Amino acid sequence: MELYQLSLKELIEGLKDKKFTRKEILVSFYTRIQKINPIVNAFLTVIGGNNWNDKEGELSGIPVGFKDIYVTKDIRTTAGSKVLENYIPQYNSTVVQKLVSKGATIVGKTNQDAWAHGSSGENSDFAPTKNPWNIDYVPGGSSSGSAVAVAAGMCPVAFGTDTGGSIRLPASFCNVVGLKPTYGRVSRYGIIAMASSHDSIGHFTRTVYDNALILNMTAGKDPCDATTSNTNVPDYTKNIKNGVKGLKIGLPKEYLAKGIDPNVEKIFKQVLQKYEGLGAKIIDISLPHTEYALAVYYIIQPSEVSSNLARYDGIRFGNDRNRFGQEAIRRIMLGTYTLSAGYYDAYYLKAMKVRTLLIQDFKKAYEKVDVIITPVSPTLPFKFGEKTDNPLAMYLSDILTVTMNLAGVPALSIPGGFVRGLPVGFQIVGPNFSEDLLYQVGYAYEQVTDWHKQKPKL
Amino acid sequence: MRDMVKDKNSLTLEEVKHVAKLAKLNLSGEELLKFQKQLSGIIDYINKLKEVNTDEVEPTSQVTNLENVFREDEVKPSLTQKEVLSNTNSSYNGCFKVKAIFQE
Repeated sequence: MELYQLSLKELIEGLKDKKFTRKEILVSFYTRIQKINPIVNAFLTVIGGNNWNDKEGELSGIPVGFKDIYVTKDIRTTAGSKVLENYIPQYNSTVVQKLVSKGATIVGKTNQDAWAHGSSGENSDFAPTKNPWNIDYVPGGSSSGSAVAVAAGMCPVAFGTDTGGSIRLPASFCNVVGLKPTYGRVSRYGIIAMASSHDSIGHFTRTVYDNALILNMTAGKDPCDATTSNTNVPDYTKNIKNGVKGLKIGLPKEYLAKGIDPNVEKIFKQVLQKYEGLGAKIIDISLPHTEYALAVYYIIQPSEVSSNLARYDGIRFGNDRNRFGQEAIRRIMLGTYTLSAGYYDAYYLKAMKVRTLLIQDFKKAYEKVDVIITPVSPTLPFKFGEKTDNPLAMYLSDILTVTMNLAGVPALSIPGGFVRGLPVGFQIVGPNFSEDLLYQVGYAYEQVTDWHKQKPKL
Repeated sequence: MRDMVKDKNSLTLEEVKHVAKLAKLNLSGEELLKFQKQLSGIIDYINKLKEVNTDEVEPTSQVTNLENVFREDEVKPSLTQKEVLSNTNSSYNGCFKVKAIFQE
């Protein structure tokens, strides 16, 4: 067993027991990155050499990757866009600062769809990331590089952002664990804004336990982000082994409606059986406004995008607006249109009202059940180029994930199996600030399956 | 799912040009035509919201339920002038230099 194959927990424990050294860990991961990154393009910037963080802390000797949308002091930060190809930030995002102050070593900045606009990773203005399970297939997006970096053993932890599914979808396509936390649980400060009322700051790991360990370090109030919550931050690993016996798991009928690939549905039904076997009760529920969620999302999100991207004028930093790629232009145009005089009430205001109904759907559901589970993607990972000519088809990839961002609720994507060698995940969705429960539910499943132990052959 | 769209609502080329101008994007004639087609398709799709009755529903603009979040008004260390200007190609006397907005 190579060190790069170990989980975060195994690395931390092995260091404590002096089985190996910090240097041996970092060398193992760097060697792996040098070998694998040219094949999969997971990193846009690799910080090589001996640039190791010598700060003492819980994460000393642990390599981490950050999506290139997290600003990193003195390390180029592009958001996957040519507009920012030469941007060198003067400060760290809160999450980066928290990890660095605990001793973590930043091994690189990961590839992504430019500005986090995309479901496949193909919208990177540099080069697309490839799925380590089959490099003819997309890894999912927009946090494509971070999912692949963890899946392919290039770092045990990598950070992403989830505005409409951008952590959960690539986690599902790459067989890793991905968390979209409750909106306001983790600080957005220093993370280049996509759609500010949806942007959720989460991370990828190989196991559920590792994921909880990292949330312990990133969650909490930040004076630099007024939308972060004062809600108590528990130890997310504390109740993780409590199991699911007697737990009520909601199965929303709208998420298994037509349009779901039968292969995905088959895997999902096996997941449900596992949970029943573990003593959980599966309860049929309805989230009646689900079919409108994607339309709501494609009004509010581009509106917020058009506003956030208005600041890129090439004066204070970055290049001018002529360097925006086609997807960024499409969303700026769409958002500018739906916010423009004469259309605001018909689109933006209407969408904000339906958003209220979507939130109420979840509130009513949680009166009956503890958590909800659904598939993450309606399809298997798809091939490069399959959806690039049809933006609406690409947008439909997020049909099962956007609702949680509109409602603000947390969701955890977990490996659920394989079809023809391609991974399929499922998501556990809870009420606001129930991440500890999501980990408990995810952990129970992980203990009776070995999907998370499977590694791509690269 | 796309079959459920009922209203056909397409954008005119003039509208697309107007939106590009509002967003300060220089688009070629070819791009304008492409976005006219693509945006019309997306607008068709989002028009399905017209089916939903939202009378007496309050709009949601943010999901935190937090109100009036204040912090202490304290002076804290911040970036130096040199750091602030470190990413620009266009500075003059320690300030960002921009094109004139008003004409004499």
